[in-house]
Amino acid sequence: MLHDLFEILSFQSGYNTNVVLLGSGLLGTAGGVVGVFSLLRKRALISDAISHATLPGITLGFLVALALTGTGKSLPFLMIGSTLSGILGVLLVQWIKDNTRLPEDSAIGTVLSSFFGLGVVLMSYIQNLKSGSQAGLESYLLGSTASMLQSEAEMIAFSALAITILAILFMKEFGLVCFDPEYAASRGWAVSKIDLLMMALLLAVVVIGLKTVGLILIIALVIIPPVAARFWTDRLGLMVSISAFTGGLSCYLGAALSALTPDLPSGATIVLTATSIFTLSLLFAPKRGIVAVALRQLSFRLKITRRRALLSLDKGPASLTLLPSLLLRREGVINSSGELTSQGKKVVSLMAHDQALWNQYLSDYPEEAFAQNKWSLVMITDVLSFDLIKELENSISGQNLSAGQNLVSGPLKDIS
Amino acid sequence: MDLPLADFLQIDFPALLVACLAGLCCGLPGNFLVLRKQSLIGDAMSHVVLPGIVVGYLLSGTLDTIPMLLGALGAALISALLIELIRRLGNVEPGAAMGVVFTSMFALGVLILEQTGASGVHLDVEHALYGNLESTLWFGLNNWSDILSTDAFEQMPGSIRRLGLVTLAVFFVIVIFFKELKLSTFDPAMATSLGFNAKYISIGLIIVTATSAVAAFDAVGSILVIAMFICPAATARMWTDRLSSQLLLSAVFALLSGSLGYLVAAFGPFLLGADYALNAAGMIAVIACVLQGISMVFAPNHGTFGRFLKQRKAMQLPTSV
Repeated sequence: MLHDLFEILSFQSGYNTNVVLLGSGLLGTAGGVVGVFSLLRKRALISDAISHATLPGITLGFLVALALTGTGKSLPFLMIGSTLSGILGVLLVQWIKDNTRLPEDSAIGTVLSSFFGLGVVLMSYIQNLKSGSQAGLESYLLGSTASMLQSEAEMIAFSALAITILAILFMKEFGLVCFDPEYAASRGWAVSKIDLLMMALLLAVVVIGLKTVGLILIIALVIIPPVAARFWTDRLGLMVSISAFTGGLSCYLGAALSALTPDLPSGATIVLTATSIFTLSLLFAPKRGIVAVALRQLSFRLKITRRRALLSLDKGPASLTLLPSLLLRREGVINSSGELTSQGKKVVSLMAHDQALWNQYLSDYPEEAFAQNKWSLVMITDVLSFDLIKELENSISGQNLSAGQNLVSGPLKDIS
Repeated sequence: MDLPLADFLQIDFPALLVACLAGLCCGLPGNFLVLRKQSLIGDAMSHVVLPGIVVGYLLSGTLDTIPMLLGALGAALISALLIELIRRLGNVEPGAAMGVVFTSMFALGVLILEQTGASGVHLDVEHALYGNLESTLWFGLNNWSDILSTDAFEQMPGSIRRLGLVTLAVFFVIVIFFKELKLSTFDPAMATSLGFNAKYISIGLIIVTATSAVAAFDAVGSILVIAMFICPAATARMWTDRLSSQLLLSAVFALLSGSLGYLVAAFGPFLLGADYALNAAGMIAVIACVLQGISMVFAPNHGTFGRFLKQRKAMQLPTSV
């Protein structure tokens, strides 16, 4: 099994499989690149309407091809049909959104269910034809790389490559239109034309991906990689690269896995491979990943616990709960019997002084202090300028002469 | 065409009943989804329940309702949590988070289905997509009067019983919580300030949606579930501004598309001289959409044609005075 997989992955199992793998990989790359822009343009679910809307086009294309050439399974006809009905679906969503009181999500739901319903009806009609060549149309629902012809795979590979190149060439324009359409318009760019090109590329990815991933799950190809990439970076260029890589890798691996298990629809393996990569991103991405977020919250909590414990020790011997006493003992601030060490005394008084400065800052510059999100979380010397701290110290000693007292005695200001 | 009554009662009547019940139990909660701009939750649910149903079936080994319902509700719950997590951490729009989760869940469902050999027994992917409305049979019905007999009641197909119960439950939930649902749909902030937490009502609505989706999914497939969540409510919304009349109208449209769709699919081809039937679930979705299309254009106040007439009248008014 593993050996077979390695053989497939390293392009050693026949020209046909290689072309299918390459085509799938390029398709995933194209989906990843185009998906970034549709995600940023908040159009993720329009692709769901597009993909379901292609089904009546596929079946009508099949019927036309059957009437003209005698066999229905002609990829060009099916692609033209699916493109046309996909376009019709998008236009209908737009029309419902613009001309009725229904919101966009209802429009998407209406279009996808009714087009798909029509497609299913037409499929049941085709199944009852006595032509005998109808088998295989179901593979467009969940994808089937096993039944893919070499010419089909080559066509998919070339189209995917063309889509990827086009999308990368227009990356600057797409990016600006996604982030700030008004600014793009004010610079004289034809925003609606750029939008149209984005939509056309999205439609193209959906149409060429139907055979590999299937129309139910093709939307995953333009959603999962960009959302996974979103976890790793905030920069557009990097996001496009990561998304392209994720999409390409998951289609390549998924297609290879489904080559091993021919009865499994390739769409499911491809999507689940993408989901696995996504899950890794969700867990381990450096800034937004679950692990990173949890660690950040933990260290934040520990920092506050430590500061509170030190401040309470400053007021005299205090009975600490388990966590802070463990923390401070490890640091050497208190000894095993809970008494302050000589080094601990220094730390405690330093912390008390720091807190006094923060409090003074709060009373002298309340607005700045509230805007300062590190208030009482780090040492004040790390944040404020030397001159300002000097001023705060002077103002504390002035207050001490007049026996002033601080009201705030710990990190009460909660930042979240 | 000559159709024996017994055939109609045993083959077509139960299918019609299932179609109408599925329409009702999805169409009623659909009103709130459409008004809350959450239509696609219905879409997501209909995909998400697949792995839940399959796992419920595998664990229990039976096709009983309860394990499948529990599995599907579990899957729906996990999905809701995941969507929220991805939306918050990833800082992406809810639609994209939903897209990630429901495609993954559906793919997982397909994988389990194909790998465990559960397919072919009762469940398979095509079945999940467009149901098997046509295979609902009710033996023991030979006359209209048989419907009321205890014998026929015992032979009633499980899907009818299941859908009937869920439809009743959905109906009562909506009637009992009508005020709460209404207020939290139109003004969640005020609902919360009045003391009932709009969040709990949202969660409750999602649970109702998931339950309806599961009950209907088995009988009519995911595609019809989506259509019935959205189309009848969207159609009714074109005709009225009152929530209560919208609910009523959506029920009418759901029943109309369910029965009309089935009849067209089952008997349309025969009338044209062919000897096969078309897919009923697909046809019902098409009819529901046709009704919606007609309403979007010709409804008096909110249809585009009605608005157009009004605008023309308004423009003519000054010249005629």
